[in-house]
Amino acid sequence: MSETNYKPTSSFGKWFDERLPLLTLFNGHLMQYPTPKNLNYWWTFGGILTFCLMTQIITGIVLAMHYTAHADMAFSSVEHIMRDVNYGWLIRYIHANGASMFFLAVYIHIFRALFYGSYKSPREVIWILGIFIYILMMAAAFMGYVLPWGQMSFWGATVITNLFSAIPLVGESITQWLWGGYSVDNPTLTRFFSLHYLIPFLILGLVVLHIWALHVPGNNNPVGIDLKKDGSDTVPFHPYIVIKDLFALVIFMIIFAGFVFYAPNVLGHSDNYIPADPLITPAHIVPEWYLLPFYAILRSVPDKLGGVILMFSAILILAALPWLDTSKVRSAVFRPIYKQFFWILVLDVLILGYIGAMPAEGAYVAIGRVATVYYFAHFLIIMPVLGFVEKTKPVPLSIADPIISGSGNLAAAKKDKNLN
Amino acid sequence: MSEENNKKPTRREFIHIATTAVGAVGAGCIALPLVTQMNPDASVKALAKVEVDISKIEKGNEVTIMWRGKPIFIRRRTDEEVQKAREVKIEDLKDPQKDQERVKKGKDEWLVMVGVCTHLGCVPLKQQGEFGGWFCPCHGSHYDISGRIRKGPAPVNMEVPNYEFVSDTKILIG
Repeated sequence: MSETNYKPTSSFGKWFDERLPLLTLFNGHLMQYPTPKNLNYWWTFGGILTFCLMTQIITGIVLAMHYTAHADMAFSSVEHIMRDVNYGWLIRYIHANGASMFFLAVYIHIFRALFYGSYKSPREVIWILGIFIYILMMAAAFMGYVLPWGQMSFWGATVITNLFSAIPLVGESITQWLWGGYSVDNPTLTRFFSLHYLIPFLILGLVVLHIWALHVPGNNNPVGIDLKKDGSDTVPFHPYIVIKDLFALVIFMIIFAGFVFYAPNVLGHSDNYIPADPLITPAHIVPEWYLLPFYAILRSVPDKLGGVILMFSAILILAALPWLDTSKVRSAVFRPIYKQFFWILVLDVLILGYIGAMPAEGAYVAIGRVATVYYFAHFLIIMPVLGFVEKTKPVPLSIADPIISGSGNLAAAKKDKNLN
Repeated sequence: MSEENNKKPTRREFIHIATTAVGAVGAGCIALPLVTQMNPDASVKALAKVEVDISKIEKGNEVTIMWRGKPIFIRRRTDEEVQKAREVKIEDLKDPQKDQERVKKGKDEWLVMVGVCTHLGCVPLKQQGEFGGWFCPCHGSHYDISGRIRKGPAPVNMEVPNYEFVSDTKILIG
């Protein structure tokens, strides 16, 4: 794809490109890169996520210029940003809501991959890199939420770091090592600040690998079939995908701005405007909305270690998905039964999110347990079994074919599939 | 000739292995301070002891003080509460421990413990829950009047810290 006969037009460009072929690289991966011509708007979230990452990095660097990472001063310094710093309120609200928008986009991105089978061969490495990015995102978001040093910051940090105390024998030493003390305190805050600054750049590095791995086999597409080699199924990335991505990004930014300007605190928790107090636990601790499904899984187990193991498994099980899914067909468009299970999974995750926000009592616990069992059953039972029992619909031979030659080819495609 | 080579490492192979080994030891040596710097430092450890005057605490009351950044519950239990704690059958307990083991001998009314839920570290609320002791609002753990876990996800009883009575009205925690 980057092997096209690209030559920079300017003489300086030629001189530079011969010494460092940066322009050739950009041309190959951001201009000429062949993309399936049937990509729909669910494919625009990769670009949107890149925008989110850059937004968080830029606003974060600015906030760090005014923030003080000390247990006695952090809370006031955040209020200082909100009241005194020029446009500090705007930058902080963009950063705080940007985290939520980042997760909104990443969840759509992940569910898109689940629906269209983008995690399947030959794209397993892209998928696994994506899970690493997701885990780092959660770590960054968690540590970032601790920095304002409000009640939710403090107690969220206490609950999450205490998860590690569930590890047999070394649990206590590990939590003390994480805290730098005997409880969450100033040493914890300063190291979280340092790591919160580091992680976005680790994510950036992984994003480069994620895109690099993507550009080896090329994009999956809504039909989920391999593209024809002759190029009749593809369009160049620029201008076709660039413009489509930009349009989707503008819509996304309108929603983003809606939160920032009209409801900047609706996704946060009011308790975080109370300074941290190690003697009083808020009556009802909840994590940010994007972590609620995992929190529900944690709480659905009456055993400490069991709950922690199950919560981490809920994330890590995704890494095994390319091998748990036994179906040869990628896209759910041609998998009538999987398509229904996909939507049940979406519903199940939404239910888990709701349960995670509710107190751990009565019917909520029971519903949470059922939803947790279903979540694991989806990946461990339904996905492997479905590949064998499901009768898939005929898959077209190419993206171009069914449109150009009509339904005649579908029969051929079916025949071809049966032969395989 | 090749057989001979296989048996006897060359000078170059020896230097190769030796260099890698020295490099690995060096990396390990520098990793150690980088990892241990995160452990509790001297200033944190220096605050690890605290003396408390308990003369003002009346029967049936409780005070909370800070020790190592954590709340310590000091409860002067009533005779009924002590009796209630001791009537509990040991086999009913998730983390079996007699009430006598959780207090100092002859100071049965004084319960001193780290007021931190052993589940995920929240501070339990006093005089709540199904067992007349403490209740953790985070994930619903119930503790009895001896601070022992009775119901909920917490695995063990609330921790009794190292402490001693320096006099009848003073205790030293840590």
